[in-house]
Amino acid sequence: MNRPLAEADVIRCAEQTPAVLEARGLSYAHAGIGTLFEGVSLAVRRREIVALLGSSGCGKSTLLRVLAGLEQPATGSVSFLGEPLASPHPRSALVFQQPSLLPWLKLADNVGFGLDFAHQPRAGREALQGRIAAAIEAVGLKGREAAYPAQLSGGMAQRAALARALAREPELLFADEPFSALDAITRAEMQDLLVDVVHRWHSAVLLVTHDIDEAILVADRILLMGGRPGHLAQEWTVDIPRPREDHPEAVTALRLSILGALRHASL
Amino acid sequence: MVGILLPFAGLLAAALLWAAGAGWLGAVTPVAASFSPGPTVDALLQLLQGRDLWEHVALSLQRVAVGLVIALLLGIPLGVLTGLSPLFSRTTTPLFQFARMISPLSWMPIAVMVLGVGDAPVYFLLAFAAVWPILLNTAAGVAQLDPNWLLLARSLSATRRETLLRVILPGITAHILTGVRLAIGIIWIVLVPAEMLGVSAGLGYFILDSRDRLAYSDLMAAILVIGFLGYLLDHAARSLHRRWLHA
Repeated sequence: MNRPLAEADVIRCAEQTPAVLEARGLSYAHAGIGTLFEGVSLAVRRREIVALLGSSGCGKSTLLRVLAGLEQPATGSVSFLGEPLASPHPRSALVFQQPSLLPWLKLADNVGFGLDFAHQPRAGREALQGRIAAAIEAVGLKGREAAYPAQLSGGMAQRAALARALAREPELLFADEPFSALDAITRAEMQDLLVDVVHRWHSAVLLVTHDIDEAILVADRILLMGGRPGHLAQEWTVDIPRPREDHPEAVTALRLSILGALRHASL
Repeated sequence: MVGILLPFAGLLAAALLWAAGAGWLGAVTPVAASFSPGPTVDALLQLLQGRDLWEHVALSLQRVAVGLVIALLLGIPLGVLTGLSPLFSRTTTPLFQFARMISPLSWMPIAVMVLGVGDAPVYFLLAFAAVWPILLNTAAGVAQLDPNWLLLARSLSATRRETLLRVILPGITAHILTGVRLAIGIIWIVLVPAEMLGVSAGLGYFILDSRDRLAYSDLMAAILVIGFLGYLLDHAARSLHRRWLHA
């Protein structure tokens, strides 16, 4: 189940089930910092949770932005649902490390923010209200619709940020260290919640994290990124049944395997 | 309870010092007796019952409003531009810092010469005084926008218009309101001297007129009114700021 990642594997994976996101030969360079990563190929299949694991500053957040269509790669291409991606896709959504709610909007308006923008798919007012209500209920914030962000705790605000992403009914949710600013207990709750809601929403997730345990507990597949310039070093398929806390031996074995890879690759 | 009483204790202490000072001054120059609290309060009650003072107040507040609106119309777009464009910011920062440090009142002779006698030079002076805090706070607000808000807008493929109206402008409103609060403070201070030249009504005019009529109690009453109105304006600006932030 663990082996070096080759381009052929990525393509074979993509052919098994239709890929939501597929990237080939991505590199990214920036004046001043040089080449941040190169030769990155990966695919995210429908309803799959993929963790992109790497140390701070390895370029994984920038890779996420390139994959989300927010930055242009120097080389390589990204396709979303089979179409080449030039700008952010309406069926993708972002969650950041900080909730970044808009403080002048009530919770319900934050969750619904941007659904009426010109480049978003047209939807009736009632359909949108329904999506907003469903997203708020799914993250357990029903009854707080009229609250302003300043009146929410950190955990509640991050729930609201997750609801904002769900309201877009995304095929793929990009999450950039979404729980690393939360305390340990809230983080564990949010990890469970994320898995639960993306399964119910039939969304795929690309989760950027530096937390090995988070990757193991949440992801179906883990991609290890490291080196300078950054590249994908190794891949693990996580087939431990959920809840994974109930299978400590398997979790520990995978953890040791990842730690070993980190040491050998001297990332 | 103590928290409520303390501000009143401060005001009472000031009133006592005022009475003592006026009493001491009155012993030296008899005319100073009309500066003391008693005659001032009498004059104030008299003025509040008449129409004159209210007309002066209304005119002064109208000038504040016009000056503030002009300052907002100039300051917000310039501030947004300063915050968004490093080129514009580098070009204009020394100029703005230079112009900001010139007392608006030093423009008064030129303003009267160019704009003529009447309300126009007063509007100019008030707007000139108020534009800087609005401009600088707007620019600071743009610089402090959460980058994730802009990323969020981009992830929604927001148009320029949507980004400006739905993210940037509401995102900097708290800063603009801070600028407005500072601007009101400055306008209120500049207003009185600005109204001492070339106009025939307003609180500044009323101060000079009281002096010329030797109505020193009226003059003191006007000072009280100016302080009280300034306090109310500042309070209003503060509560606007608080309401926007829902804090």
